Amino acid sequence: MILELAQVQIRDRTDTCESNNGFCPDWIADNFDRYVDPFFQHAYLTVAAVAIGFGISFSLALVAYRRRWLINPVTQVTGILYTVPSIAAFFLLLPITGRGDDTALIALVAYVLLIIFRNVLAGLDNVPEETKDAGRGMGLTDRQLLWRVEVPLALPEIMAGLRIATTTTVGLATLAFFAGAGGLGEQIFSDITFKSNVVVAGGLAVVLAAVLDGLILLVQRAITPWTRVVAAR
Amino acid sequence: MTTTFAFLGQFGEAIDFIFDEHESPAGGAQVGGLSNMWDLMREHLKLSIEAMAIACGVSIPLGLWLGHIGKGGFLAINASNVGRAVPSLALIAFFVAYVGVGFTNLVLALVLLAIPPILTNTYTAVRQVERDTVDAARGMGMTGFQIVRRVELPLSLPLIFGGIRISAVNVVATATIAPLAGVITLGDPIINVNTYGDEGRLAAALVVALLAVVTEVSLGGVQRMLTPRGLKLTTAGRRRHPFPITRREVIS
Repeated sequence: MILELAQVQIRDRTDTCESNNGFCPDWIADNFDRYVDPFFQHAYLTVAAVAIGFGISFSLALVAYRRRWLINPVTQVTGILYTVPSIAAFFLLLPITGRGDDTALIALVAYVLLIIFRNVLAGLDNVPEETKDAGRGMGLTDRQLLWRVEVPLALPEIMAGLRIATTTTVGLATLAFFAGAGGLGEQIFSDITFKSNVVVAGGLAVVLAAVLDGLILLVQRAITPWTRVVAAR
Repeated sequence: MTTTFAFLGQFGEAIDFIFDEHESPAGGAQVGGLSNMWDLMREHLKLSIEAMAIACGVSIPLGLWLGHIGKGGFLAINASNVGRAVPSLALIAFFVAYVGVGFTNLVLALVLLAIPPILTNTYTAVRQVERDTVDAARGMGMTGFQIVRRVELPLSLPLIFGGIRISAVNVVATATIAPLAGVITLGDPIINVNTYGDEGRLAAALVVALLAVVTEVSLGGVQRMLTPRGLKLTTAGRRRHPFPITRREVIS
């Protein structure tokens, strides 16, 4: 019932370009304001979900790296969370957590766990045995070895996982309005047959994904200076 | 109305909805029950299977060919990066606004959604076949086509199926918003909640979630069956965990 209320025609019927459902630069310029808040809500949902998901799955991966028997159960549980379509997850959560940002965030976090978990673990597993031996030879404890050698060398895979998780979450967050959390999807849905609206709202989602992806790439360049030396050679 | 699952609260009402007909909250028609759910499920599956068949038919030969000649890697690898950045709702909306509603248009949109993971994985799989193996096949006098058909394809099958699995789950999930494009799938109770009621919407969410998990698990089973026994042995010895993600962002 709320969905039907959301589905209002946002077109003003007097203007010809809009009523002919064309692509209307003028309409876009006049109405761009309506996309600003949903854009930032979308960005908030994405960044919050990826940050929380990273905190959980990075910790899980560090624990599972030392206690290998945990890998299979964690992979299976997060695998199921990853498989359940987010649109279904939103509605399955509604009776429990109600409408709002929380419900959307829970579903989005559940989705990114597997992606980050297996990338962190793959990164740690790819650290060469000789490097670890050299670290132990220098007198590093297990804890020092993890934070000074293994985690830094795993950063390329970890950041790759973050990038996959972020772009995927931008896409899934377009459905977050089903959980009452707004975002650009609500704008797309508000008049799905209107070309100008679909292009602007959908385009902004793609732009958001590209911007966040670029930001993570910049951070990765900054914190892994040694990978550039190899690439330059 | 039977109240067998009443102890489950709203979830119980949803399960009742799957098995028993209800009067629509909008009045008049009967909704819910197994035959109604089966109709929605059949359309959902028909849409997903047609899209997957076309996507496989396009991207597997293309990926095999690009991988075999070793060109177009940039396209094949970046297809899935670009594909991930375009939200499925935006893709469907774009088709609705510019191409139009209907079954055929929607199949086309889902095909576009399904191609990137299969293409990327097929290309990567062929490139990962050891050059020595291909050289040996060539030395035995195999033609290019025979090398693809009898060496590169069998060795690539597990990873190709990994791509198909990712796409299939994604297509099944996205077919849920098909009613926006005028195709009545399991998403109909979710989109048109006035007709089906809250319990219908929850019931549809349950069935869609179950369908996605069944798709994932059964295709995962097929993937394991298709892995040549020799490949299983070597990978078990070489890898320390069963899910490879390389620096090149291969999705498996």
